[in-house]
Amino acid sequence: MTEEVILRVKDLRTYFKTDEGTVKAVDGVSFDLHKGETLGIVGESGSGKSVTNLSIINMIPSPPGKIVGGEVLFMDADLLAMPANKIREIRGNKISMIFQDPMTSLNPFLRISTQMTETIILHQGLGKDEAKAKAIEMLKLAGIPAPEKRIDQYPHQFSGGMRQRVMIAMSLSCNPEILIADEPTSALDVTIQAQILDLMKDLTARLGTAVILITHSLGVVAGMCDTLCVMYAGRVVERGATDAVFADPKHPYTQGLIKSVPRLDVASGNRLSSIRGQPPNVIDLPDCCPFYPRCDKAMDICKRKYPAVSRFDDGRSVACWLYSEEKLP
Amino acid sequence: MTKFIIRRLLSLIPTMFVIVTLSFFLIRFAPGGPFSAEKKVPAQVLQNLMKKYHMDESLGRQYLRYFGEILRGDLGPSFRYKDMTVNALIKQSMPNSMLLGTLSLALAVALGIAVGIVSALKQNKWQDYTAMSLAVVGISVPLFVIGPLLQLVFAMQLKWLPTSGWITDRAGLKTLIMPVITLSFPYFAYIARMSRASILEVLRSDYVRTARAKGLKESTVIGKHVLKGALLPIVSYLGPAFSGIITGSIVVETIFLVPGVGKIFVQSALNRDYTLIMGEVIVYSLILIVMNFVVDIVYGFLDPRIAYK
Repeated sequence: MTEEVILRVKDLRTYFKTDEGTVKAVDGVSFDLHKGETLGIVGESGSGKSVTNLSIINMIPSPPGKIVGGEVLFMDADLLAMPANKIREIRGNKISMIFQDPMTSLNPFLRISTQMTETIILHQGLGKDEAKAKAIEMLKLAGIPAPEKRIDQYPHQFSGGMRQRVMIAMSLSCNPEILIADEPTSALDVTIQAQILDLMKDLTARLGTAVILITHSLGVVAGMCDTLCVMYAGRVVERGATDAVFADPKHPYTQGLIKSVPRLDVASGNRLSSIRGQPPNVIDLPDCCPFYPRCDKAMDICKRKYPAVSRFDDGRSVACWLYSEEKLP
Repeated sequence: MTKFIIRRLLSLIPTMFVIVTLSFFLIRFAPGGPFSAEKKVPAQVLQNLMKKYHMDESLGRQYLRYFGEILRGDLGPSFRYKDMTVNALIKQSMPNSMLLGTLSLALAVALGIAVGIVSALKQNKWQDYTAMSLAVVGISVPLFVIGPLLQLVFAMQLKWLPTSGWITDRAGLKTLIMPVITLSFPYFAYIARMSRASILEVLRSDYVRTARAKGLKESTVIGKHVLKGALLPIVSYLGPAFSGIITGSIVVETIFLVPGVGKIFVQSALNRDYTLIMGEVIVYSLILIVMNFVVDIVYGFLDPRIAYK
């Protein structure tokens, strides 16, 4: 991990127009990703994690979605302002993605070889045979046994874990700068999860790929990520180095999340801690801290205005009135 | 694969046996008979007729006799069209219906899929609304309205096309245009709606998102990743559609005076022309079964997840 920032997301806003009103799925998200860094994005379902990442490569289904504001700077170029043919050169090449469900993410009607080589041929300008050799090499790296044979098979001939390995091999085949993994292990069973995470960690470290890892699981983040963004209702509420956040969570939501992880080193028998209430409905949310109805430390101001981001010396930033310097009116 | 084909072909036999048996008895249990005309036939004449067509025998014997005949490929004499065998009648009319049906279905498939693709890609835009309005018209307006309307405009007023007739007439191939358009219209409408819905579903699928995330051009995404999966339901629809369009064109055949099998089919049922009805039923079920069989085979080639053993 170096200091060079390769992806800078600035005040990203993605809204969805629905019949009930405007859903502010992502509402002012900012973060930096350094070269070779692994960034974890955690949050409950509907907190805007996946939409953030689809927005980065400008793949929000539109309509109903629309990126209404912000910038995504990749190597100093704004991806959101790029014409379609330019951003296609980046997708799958410089920035690639892995999705949640490996069972449905591969095209069931095409051979693995077809699906893998099309990316390599498109972005690297290799011939068909060279591309296939490259694909076989990637499959081997991803731990697929007998890749020369398996490459000519169809996705249904692979198990879920194997398919996710294929997805990883495919997404890394053009040696991307950034790999976005959207809950890559949520659909797999636990033993396979660990294997897939190890594989991702190992391969991206070897290739020097920066990773954005979207997940529900704080355990995964603790094991994989250098830095961590906690999202709530479309915004980043806390951001910082993983170790620091786990050691001393500042935002009441982060504190709640970390407290609710079952621990082996603490005497059992106690009821598992949980955050009361439900995630808010993000349709037409008023200007307030969306977490205040569930927050133990809620104050009067929380109901009236969204807190400004406070920065700490260790590079941490938290959006909470508890730490705000701003004078309370 | 070969084993599967042989097994499927063998399973034709019991299916056909059940169809023949059921329809043989059903049609005979229906009231009336081939000789119950408005005009009373003298008793002696009736008796001779019954004897000639073996109708005086017991039902079981008649059934066995008929079965023996069809095993030899003989569908028997027609009860109504004197001096005509059922084989000859079908041979005469079937090719005409086949031609009309195949052309109509080909047109319906080509246009239907094209329109389906356009409306799916332009969902909720004017192209989509226009195409789907046309499709609703195609599904809801009956053939006997569309046919005469076309005749009125293109034959009576513009005088571009002959009102009716068949390719053997002086007008030649021109006679095909209106019946083909009329007959293909509801099928076109159905295929357009079906392919639109199915393409929209595939467009939202995870593997299309993957294809887009790989940086593929939208045309590659559609052509390579979307269409194959999206058009599978249409392939399975083609089996019944083909047999339906061949035999179900009675309205179109009547309007445009096409010497096809549909007209004979309906008249044979009204006339209680037992052997002709049976002949038509056998031919129709054979087409249906064979078409479904062909669809299954084609499916196996299109969808790698299906393996026939």
